[in-house]
Amino acid sequence: MRVGVVTFPGSLDDVDAQRAVRVAGHEAVALWHRDHSLQGVDAVVLPGGFSYGDYLRCGAISRFSPLMTEVVAGAEQGLPVLGICNGFQILCESHLLPGALIRNDHQKFVCRDQRLRIESTASPWTSSYAEGQEVVVPLKNGEGCFVADQDTLDELEASGRVVARYLDVNPNGSMRDIAGIRNERGNVVGLMPHPEHAVEEGFGPGTDGLGFFTLVEALVG
Amino acid sequence: MARVVVDVMLKPEILDPQGKAVQGALPRLGFEGISDVRQGKRFELEVGDVTDERLAEVREIASTLLSNPVIEDFEVHVEETAK
Repeated sequence: MRVGVVTFPGSLDDVDAQRAVRVAGHEAVALWHRDHSLQGVDAVVLPGGFSYGDYLRCGAISRFSPLMTEVVAGAEQGLPVLGICNGFQILCESHLLPGALIRNDHQKFVCRDQRLRIESTASPWTSSYAEGQEVVVPLKNGEGCFVADQDTLDELEASGRVVARYLDVNPNGSMRDIAGIRNERGNVVGLMPHPEHAVEEGFGPGTDGLGFFTLVEALVG
Repeated sequence: MARVVVDVMLKPEILDPQGKAVQGALPRLGFEGISDVRQGKRFELEVGDVTDERLAEVREIASTLLSNPVIEDFEVHVEETAK
């Protein structure tokens, strides 16, 4: 498969995400935020970083980049889209996912190897995991506190749209320990931790993150 | 010329760690009795004439870009500026 990785001004983890895509056996296609074409890719990753310096709100300006118009249109047609960290923030700002990410409740940047439980496998991004599987991937954020109103949280839980939950500690104050969510269809996933940093032995805490990039059932839908 | 001001505040139910940090610093400076601090953003938009259309446009700007309706509320008001 051809998996596009979007670079915004201020993206940091785009090259790591491209590498993860290749390690998973796919072709990584570099996409530029100002382009108007997705170049026919089969899936898109919005990587971590500090696009536009996190000015205004994290992801708020990136949302209006020309390529995001294409990503939003594609996502509505079922294109698999994974937003990691800053990418998750962009997906929320784009209204592809509900809720928002605000400053960590303890006000400090956090960087740690984080244990997660995979809660939903009903997405091409998580279908290679088993439900309830525990994984360890790096987490690094300053504004990773997931918030939404109680009705939205209840709806996310009831419809099985919580993709991953923090274990051991809640590193940023996220409501209900939510680390990642998906849209109703399952093609769009937002995740605060960084699976792209855990795809190769010797680099990071292991290879638990690789499963997010295998995309075994991505062509369904 | 006129100035249209957009004030953006986190919704009351949304945790404001920055405001909490500011509030926490006040007693250390000897300011007692401030029970809460909320931090927001102020945007000053310089416009020509203030018309209903212009104000409607500013409200659209405020709701689409300047604020995130999931977590923030905004208020728009006009400030006269020196000629």
